[in-house]
Amino acid sequence: MVKDRGMTITEKIITAHANRENVAAGEIVWVDIDLLMTHDVCGPGTIGIFKNEFGTNATVWDRERIVILPDHYIFTEDAHAKRNLEVLRTFAKQQNLPHFFDAGSDRYRGVCHIALAELGLLRPGMIVVGTDSHTCTAGAFGLFATGIGNTDAGFVMGTGKLWLKIPKTIRVIVEGEMSPHVMAKDLILTIIGDIGLDGASYMAMEICGEAVRNMNMDERMTLCNMAVEAGAKNCIIEPDAKTVEWIRSRMNCDFQIIRSDLSARFEKSLYYDLSKLTPVVARPFSPDNILPASSLEEVIPTQCYIGSCTGGKITDLVSAAHILKDRKVQINTKVVPATVEVEQELITRKLDGRTLREIFLDAGAEIGPPSCGACLGGPPDTFGRLSDGDICISTTNRNFPGRMGSPNSAVYLASPLTVAATAISGKITDPGIFF
Amino acid sequence: MKRIIKGLAYVVGDDIDTDQIIPAQYLVYDVNDPEERKIFGRYALSGIPDEKAGLPFGNISFVSEGGDRSSYKIIIAGKNFGCGSSREHAPIALAEAGVEAIIALSYARIFYRNAVDGGLLIPYESRKDITDRVNTGDMIEIDTKSCIVTNHSKNWKSSLNPLGPAEEIISAGGLFQYARRKKII
Repeated sequence: MVKDRGMTITEKIITAHANRENVAAGEIVWVDIDLLMTHDVCGPGTIGIFKNEFGTNATVWDRERIVILPDHYIFTEDAHAKRNLEVLRTFAKQQNLPHFFDAGSDRYRGVCHIALAELGLLRPGMIVVGTDSHTCTAGAFGLFATGIGNTDAGFVMGTGKLWLKIPKTIRVIVEGEMSPHVMAKDLILTIIGDIGLDGASYMAMEICGEAVRNMNMDERMTLCNMAVEAGAKNCIIEPDAKTVEWIRSRMNCDFQIIRSDLSARFEKSLYYDLSKLTPVVARPFSPDNILPASSLEEVIPTQCYIGSCTGGKITDLVSAAHILKDRKVQINTKVVPATVEVEQELITRKLDGRTLREIFLDAGAEIGPPSCGACLGGPPDTFGRLSDGDICISTTNRNFPGRMGSPNSAVYLASPLTVAATAISGKITDPGIFF
Repeated sequence: MKRIIKGLAYVVGDDIDTDQIIPAQYLVYDVNDPEERKIFGRYALSGIPDEKAGLPFGNISFVSEGGDRSSYKIIIAGKNFGCGSSREHAPIALAEAGVEAIIALSYARIFYRNAVDGGLLIPYESRKDITDRVNTGDMIEIDTKSCIVTNHSKNWKSSLNPLGPAEEIISAGGLFQYARRKKII
């Protein structure tokens, strides 16, 4: 490696956690982990591995650095799902874990990726790993975050360490002003469509430029969230005043702001002028199967779904409410706030004097309890789960065969504005006509 | 690591995601419970649409109705095998069904890592897409030392990419065994 070559944010963060002066893409290093997050689907398996390998009475490496956020199968009568929650409960009690947010308690938060941000536990410069592929969402806060499996998580739980291969970085530079009917979801779907499902495989994605600085943290989380749909290891956005404001409003703590060097080396750079961006939809059965929303008017969905870590944040629900306000849905529409905090905002946030909750209910939509919901199908009694023959347009992140339930259903992925516009029109609709 | 892995091939296409490998409704079962773990084998690859199940023919179940084990020991796949979720249940399901190795053009990284660190199965990369040179049911042999794959049914041999840094972890039997061997834990 040339010594005077600058480093990307990702390389700098990993260097700092590997007790090294510098690292180059392709190297394998052992890093110290700042935070391990797990949930009800992979937590029990992780705990099982931890106990098998370190002993039933072993204590975790750092009780302050383990966060357990049950969120997947919460509102179900499935006996195995309930058993899994009990496994988490017993373990959290045995280990005296302060960051356990139990389902059915007043500490319950909802979808882990958004809850982690709301809790103020994400700070620039950290390395965060979680037993969920969408852990990359946290990169919106200028940190390295990636999804891992049970074995890796069990290892981290006992040691606080993990091996990482230093990824090359793809830089995405976004400039220009987005039209009001276009959202971050349209941008990330467009990027995935352009580079493909494995277009960023094994690589870091760094999204920068004036347009991303103009986006709020919810929108930045949407971008980072779906980078894994292009195969990215992590996605990162340089922290700025908005990042600092979010964190300071939730947690009083110190952190360091790390930026990529001007001389950093990027594997490639992609440029997007957001003023030219239009609402897009990913057709079944792949998130890179992209077409403009305006070209899909012949598609008549049987369900509209607004929810998940990707599309159930407060910005997503406010956007949908702008279109649903004073109108009636023509398609069965489900709204699932990502978290309890978002759910509470449905009754405190108002548009023209009416709460978001009133707007959704008056439009004829159903509101479900905060969790991952039907984003990944789940047990048969999951709210919004698709049945045979269903065609859903959804603000979620994946549309592989059977993703939201029945193997004989189909999912179109779109922004909350496009899904709301579709609910009102009764067919897939570019939300531009409502602006 | 075994020198020779030999068995019947099951062929799938590109971008086989983790929901097709093990649909999310089965994630409620406990991977650490020996009886429940078998359920993952039973439903391995059950999410693949019928017409794409067992190429080039289609409509071939990976695991026969009512069984927990597959008669196919080697999976042949195109690009980006295992994309989607981080669930380790995916390589666990394949391993429980009896899969010992996969030969894919490429992998989604979390699946690859889980297969290696979990000590579950060997994820080989082919140098070119070989899905059109293998039929489901062909007898395939992998020499793990020379990284040569032989299709006995079609009489050809081909080189696979060396496993690289993953080989040490696979040889050790997974991340924990590797870390103990290296005195990391």
